[in-house]
Amino acid sequence: MRAFEYASPTTKEQAVALLNNQWGETEVLAGGMDLLSLMKDDVTRPGRVINIKEIKELHGLQYSPSTGLRIGALVTLQELLENETVRKEYPSLAQAAEGVTSPQIRDLGTVGGDLCQRPRCWYFRGGFGLLAQDSSGKSLVLEGENKYHAILGNSGPAYFVNPSSLAPALIALGAKIRLFGPKGARDVAAGQFFVTPKTNQEREYALKTNEIVTELLVPPTGGARNATYEVRQKEALDWPLAAAAVSLKMSGKNVTSARIVLGHVAPVPWPVPDAEKFLAGKTVSEQVAQDTGGAAVTGAKRLSQNGYKVQLARVAVKRAILRAAEGGA
Amino acid sequence: MPGKMRVETTVNGEAVEFLCEPRQSLLECLRDILSLTGTKEGCNDGNCGACTVIMDGRIVTSCLVLGVEAEGSQITTIEGIAGAGRLHPIQQAFLEGAALQCGICTPGFIVAAKALLDENPNPSEHEIRLWLANNLCRCTGYDKIVRAVQSAAAI
Repeated sequence: MRAFEYASPTTKEQAVALLNNQWGETEVLAGGMDLLSLMKDDVTRPGRVINIKEIKELHGLQYSPSTGLRIGALVTLQELLENETVRKEYPSLAQAAEGVTSPQIRDLGTVGGDLCQRPRCWYFRGGFGLLAQDSSGKSLVLEGENKYHAILGNSGPAYFVNPSSLAPALIALGAKIRLFGPKGARDVAAGQFFVTPKTNQEREYALKTNEIVTELLVPPTGGARNATYEVRQKEALDWPLAAAAVSLKMSGKNVTSARIVLGHVAPVPWPVPDAEKFLAGKTVSEQVAQDTGGAAVTGAKRLSQNGYKVQLARVAVKRAILRAAEGGA
Repeated sequence: MPGKMRVETTVNGEAVEFLCEPRQSLLECLRDILSLTGTKEGCNDGNCGACTVIMDGRIVTSCLVLGVEAEGSQITTIEGIAGAGRLHPIQQAFLEGAALQCGICTPGFIVAAKALLDENPNPSEHEIRLWLANNLCRCTGYDKIVRAVQSAAAI
């Protein structure tokens, strides 16, 4: 790893004062699961690393039935999934955290880091830039190895998939992400936090260069049943190939309204309003769940190697709906 | 180049202090500065688990922790697993069950298995396999490792 200057501030004000106005010059260290491997691979070369783990107020998780759940950005995935309230009220979050099947990563990896981790696209990780282009600006993905790339939102120039485990559930639950910068705090809807970059210099989230994520605010579910289902190649350590999170307001077996968000299929977590409308007003059955899955992928566009992901996304939606209807909150 | 930083931490029950550069991983600090070479470097990227140590009660890949992040923490490495002059039951089970061939992954497996059995003394085979998902072994095919953990759990 290249040498860097290290700071470990104890307040969020100190932390953001150490950030600057250029991506990549300074990086924020929380769990380090992604950042340190990016630095070892020389994909990220910060001159300064700011450890935010000494900032006490970024830790901890609180719940109140009236205001919902507040998750400090530094809560680890393990802390999240072990929390009884999360398991009971927000099983979609616990299931998503459980999908990170490495105890070593769950112990250090944080919820803020899950949102801010960089794409797993192998061209990006191999040093070809966020948009994976050759020197003439042509995408390496379209005629290259794209079996793990996007099937939705893939009209370019970005073809990577958003790697966050928690994002689909957070969006389905209507969560907000609280950011902090030199001008103070601001809240962004979880669905607005992720953006599709148009250039290699942009980042794939709405943070400004001098802001950090401080907490996640998840409203009360109001009894909505929620679940996440991930489809993966193996049960052990791996990223999902497709995932879906759903939050269903139900009256008996009848769905009154639904939020359905796909993960790992597009450069951003991908809400599917057509499928939500299709499901609303229907009684959950295996057939209805399956047809909702079909409605979720109608806009999918296959690349040369990733057509199989369309079926996996469809199945993820079906199983997430059935899982939510059976159990979940 | 940024200078070295002083780190105070506890390793295997002993208070230690050392100087390291911010860029040095905990793994490098353990092996190269503290001469605790039982912890192995495999992928150096968080994938293989060979460098697993226990930090504040949790297993971590020490290659993805900076040495400076260990300030004030409690660390247990493979050197801290055995009792005085006596192997830990997990180590004994690995030995008797031939749960290793080249041995590079073994310290990571044993440390991870100890953390599992401390928390869950009677894990199912499935729980053992899932817990050890971030520890890779290219020799044994895992069966003997899983059986060794099961037999240590039975003691």
